[in-house]
Amino acid sequence: MNLDRTASEAADSNRSSPSRRRVLQAAAAAGGGLMLSLRLPFARDVAVADADGFVPNAFIRIGTDGQVVLTMPYVEMGQGTYTSIPMLIAEELEVDLSQVRLEHAPPDEKRYGNPLLGGLQATGNSNAVRASWQPLRQAGAAARTMLIAAAAQRWNVSPASCRAQTGEVRHAPTGRRATYGELAADAARLPIPDRVALKRPDDFKLIGKPAKRLDTPAKVNGTAVYSIDVRPPGVKIATLAQSPVFGGRVKNVDDSAARAVNGVRQIVRLDDAVAVIADHMGAAKKGLAALVIEWDDGPHAKLNTKDVVDELERATLNPGVVAETIGDVGGAMAKAVTKVEATYQVPFLAHATMEPMNCTAHLRKDGCEIWVGTQVCARAQAAAAKTAGLPLDNVIVHNHLIGGGFGRRLDVDGVVRAVQIAQHVEGPVKVVWTREEDIQHDLYRPYWFDRFSAGLDAGGMPVAWSHRFGGSSVIARWAPPFFQNGLDSDTTEGAIDLLYALPNKQVDYVRVEPPGIPTAFWRSVGPSHNVFVVESFMDELAAAAKQDPVAYRLALLDKAPRAKAVLALVAEKAGWGQKLPERVGRGVSLQFVFATYMAQVAEVEVSKDGAVRVRRVVCAVDCGTVVNPDTVQAQIQSAIIFGITAALHGQITLKDGRVEQSNFDNYEMLRIDEAPAIEVHIVQSSEPPGGMGECGTSAIVPAVANAIFAATGKRLRKMPIDTTVLKQPT
Amino acid sequence: MAFSIKINGNTHSVDVDGDTPLLWVLRDVLGMTGTKFGCGVALCGACTVHVDGVAARSCITPVDSVGTSQITTIEAIGATPVGGRIQKAWLERDVPQCGYCQSGQIMSAAALLASNPHPTDSDIDNAMSGNICRCGTYLRIREAIKEAAQSLGQGGRP
Repeated sequence: MNLDRTASEAADSNRSSPSRRRVLQAAAAAGGGLMLSLRLPFARDVAVADADGFVPNAFIRIGTDGQVVLTMPYVEMGQGTYTSIPMLIAEELEVDLSQVRLEHAPPDEKRYGNPLLGGLQATGNSNAVRASWQPLRQAGAAARTMLIAAAAQRWNVSPASCRAQTGEVRHAPTGRRATYGELAADAARLPIPDRVALKRPDDFKLIGKPAKRLDTPAKVNGTAVYSIDVRPPGVKIATLAQSPVFGGRVKNVDDSAARAVNGVRQIVRLDDAVAVIADHMGAAKKGLAALVIEWDDGPHAKLNTKDVVDELERATLNPGVVAETIGDVGGAMAKAVTKVEATYQVPFLAHATMEPMNCTAHLRKDGCEIWVGTQVCARAQAAAAKTAGLPLDNVIVHNHLIGGGFGRRLDVDGVVRAVQIAQHVEGPVKVVWTREEDIQHDLYRPYWFDRFSAGLDAGGMPVAWSHRFGGSSVIARWAPPFFQNGLDSDTTEGAIDLLYALPNKQVDYVRVEPPGIPTAFWRSVGPSHNVFVVESFMDELAAAAKQDPVAYRLALLDKAPRAKAVLALVAEKAGWGQKLPERVGRGVSLQFVFATYMAQVAEVEVSKDGAVRVRRVVCAVDCGTVVNPDTVQAQIQSAIIFGITAALHGQITLKDGRVEQSNFDNYEMLRIDEAPAIEVHIVQSSEPPGGMGECGTSAIVPAVANAIFAATGKRLRKMPIDTTVLKQPT
Repeated sequence: MAFSIKINGNTHSVDVDGDTPLLWVLRDVLGMTGTKFGCGVALCGACTVHVDGVAARSCITPVDSVGTSQITTIEAIGATPVGGRIQKAWLERDVPQCGYCQSGQIMSAAALLASNPHPTDSDIDNAMSGNICRCGTYLRIREAIKEAAQSLGQGGRP
């Protein structure tokens, strides 16, 4: 997802703008103490907030006990947000990280969404730290200034003679000190300062230092509560079968055997799904297996993957909507000495979060309660309200830790299902999808088809670059206002605004929606496709020019010093150019997506029978200011393994309208014995932070493909890797 | 039918079909939700528990097969010397991300170290490759196991 290119700029402009008061307010907290309310910018909604008046979506409460409680709209799904966000507050407020407690957003969800954008409250697009970097530090500094002012007033001294430290205000000349808890109520009666000075990076005590994650203890002793773990009193457990073909319906159900299963309470038949309600999941699954369901497969009954690919191949023969044009590609191509052409394809992919889709719903006559782990709390509430036919205010959403998001939980189909089922059930019902349902009824990373052509001059350098691609626009479904004039910023991220100096360039996009197959965001989204094809094709150009892939790229980066620096660093650390054994190769990739510069070198071994093993990955990253370097390292390792999984194993295929994959035996995940050594080198920077959760995924796939080319001479233009073409001829 | 099973040192009586997987008895009948559901067919390891100290996938372990065996789950593994060290190493290395698979990872790792106090990389691969982590925390899992092994070694064998 990429809706928020303007968010960080907007945040920066808040620094001293006259409307700053509109994004920060102070009041006495309930039960005493100081409450600061602020608005963290989400995807382009700053303008809406201005027009609408102040709608806070984050709260900092300093209690009379000195405890700092931060309530914010982002959700923890493994990316470390629940640690890095408190670091921003603690840094400016001058408290220990341990003094900050983070709370889930309260059940009053409406303030966290933006109704004008269809409830565009989301944790995604690697944007939590990017969006909060400025406003949260400002809020912390404002609170600190007010606490100092309260102390100065109390002691009748000048604020400048006081100083904040570890949750106290101190007046050195007289040795007086007061805790934030003692000062909070007085501070709440003071005005918010017009202007606050933020710390210089040199003075940071927390930001940039490794911090232990606050959510770890509960995750190692089994006490962390995901939505699949909730047990409201009287809860029943349900599992379900949805139409195996998208768009199909239930024709007939024989549930006599299912009803006879011990522990099965009820069978719920919906238009396009059947659910078994039971005392426990064991009985529900047994009941499900005993159901005899006859389906009306509907219009997509005969759909195969090939139909989707054929349509993409055909549609991309015609021009699409121009996303970027520079110079004169046609003229330059005509004069080029060498021409290179290639087509690329990437498959549908499922998310396969370890926590299968689930949602608990309790529907009463006048209200509805939902227990879920979602990246989009406001949307979950709206979906439940719409499905139940209730006013928004009558729906309470309890959000939970997320057992893997990766974009899957930016959609609320699971909430809709749970409410549909709950409409037929007395009391709360927890709807848990089997792994098979989870994989076969996902919303998938789109299939994309790309056509490239390039012209090289006599020196082998690119003088013309043409890139046309076809595929689904996730944004067009998910956030229609952001699909404009046939384009959206996610679909094209990583294909346009390249770092390389390309004097003549055209990129056009042909929107082709696959019939019946829902598409969705998937870790690194648009770049998961664009970076693979662009960096593979760039490698092809270097090979056509008979030049070293790193040197070739460096020669095109004179106007992108930060990119050049990460590329040079990764080459040095990876030992680029050093000799490797036969059928082992190094491949490189470079990207600027999610506002972060990243270069990777993968070292890959291809066995004689074609099996691919990624042995080592070296990554250099410039993500601006690093908040928690330990999290940066963890996220890059994670994203790289996620990307290798896709490159080696990932594809969802259709036969007769049905998804062919069903569980981890045929939709495989990388395992510990296949995981490469990963080295992460972080470039020191004081620029604003870039996104971190996703960029490692898009960068690794071309690095692996390029390494396979180096090892075998085989250019893989279609993912996942087909090992049969890599067999060494005997 | 009623079964009497021993979990974490306590005896529980449950009334379910004999072929009900232990996973659902733990999670839905007894409310011990630390053990997780991931795949239902022993492909991912999220549901790993110990049956008499040996790692087992509770999603394919019928409750009537347990008999008088001692079941240990993530809720109690910290009370064992190896389990406690493993959890400590997991904290020191900040292993979890989303955390959902980590109960199973810790149970597999604890079973490994209990039977093999000084595992090689290949021992770790063998013992842990049945546990999927979608967040890809494998490198830290490996480091944490080695760290726990080392600290156990210093403290004497459990």
